[in-house]
Amino acid sequence: MTTPAESAFARRIGRPPRGNFELYSWLFMRLSGVVLLGLAVFHLFWMHIVLGVDNIDFSVVAERWQNPLWRLYDFFLLLFALTHGMNGLRIILDDYLRRPGWLVAAKSVAFLCYVLFLGMGAYIIFTFTPPPELAALP
Amino acid sequence: MTAGRIVYTRGRPILAGLRYRGREGMWTWILHRATGLGILGFLLLHIFDIFLVGFGPGLFEELLFLYRAWWARMLEVFLLFGVLFHALNGARIIVQDFWPKLWRWERQLVWLEAAVFVPVFLWGAFLFLRPLFD
Repeated sequence: MTTPAESAFARRIGRPPRGNFELYSWLFMRLSGVVLLGLAVFHLFWMHIVLGVDNIDFSVVAERWQNPLWRLYDFFLLLFALTHGMNGLRIILDDYLRRPGWLVAAKSVAFLCYVLFLGMGAYIIFTFTPPPELAALP
Repeated sequence: MTAGRIVYTRGRPILAGLRYRGREGMWTWILHRATGLGILGFLLLHIFDIFLVGFGPGLFEELLFLYRAWWARMLEVFLLFGVLFHALNGARIIVQDFWPKLWRWERQLVWLEAAVFVPVFLWGAFLFLRPLFD
């Protein structure tokens, strides 16, 4: 028996992983990849080619978010892109960090970033209210 | 194929690594990782700048030089490169994963991917940069 001082992480080393987490991760990358092929590519095309970055300012964002469907679009883009990207980062960290301590530390930082940025993005998408002088936009 | 033997060597020069027999499959694998990390980095910046919209027009519009400056346009062309490559290469991987027989044709599919990527990227990069010359 191991003593409590030896962490659960240390006891897991060398054992096959339990559960199907990696299978679901693999499937998620494919499904979210298909979703992002539409959402992300269209977003880039719309913002940089149809609108152009010179024409994007505060009022464009305010006007876009007058429509709740665009808020929903932006939220799904945020959710899928950030989750897909952070899961990719997790896979890369697994490949290149060979010391368990660094790996746990890096994954912890990545997970905190994931929660923080998902929270920041979702917060602004769903709570944004245009200031009164812009509220009368078409 | 010789019998499997894993040789783990640190510090192998990158050019020697690129000459490894993986060729198209490995080059796209490296690019997929690099572009994925690049897009993730941009995504974090983008979430942050859109978060600032909550503080009103002032701060947000002051930061828009991050998208409009000439050097930012160059980075946006890199972003286009990354998103377009990651999208096309990801689509190829998905297709091959769900129809495993196609893995035999990976090399040909990579060149098909390149044939789609190059014209779309050049066209897109032209449209991204055109406002600089107006």
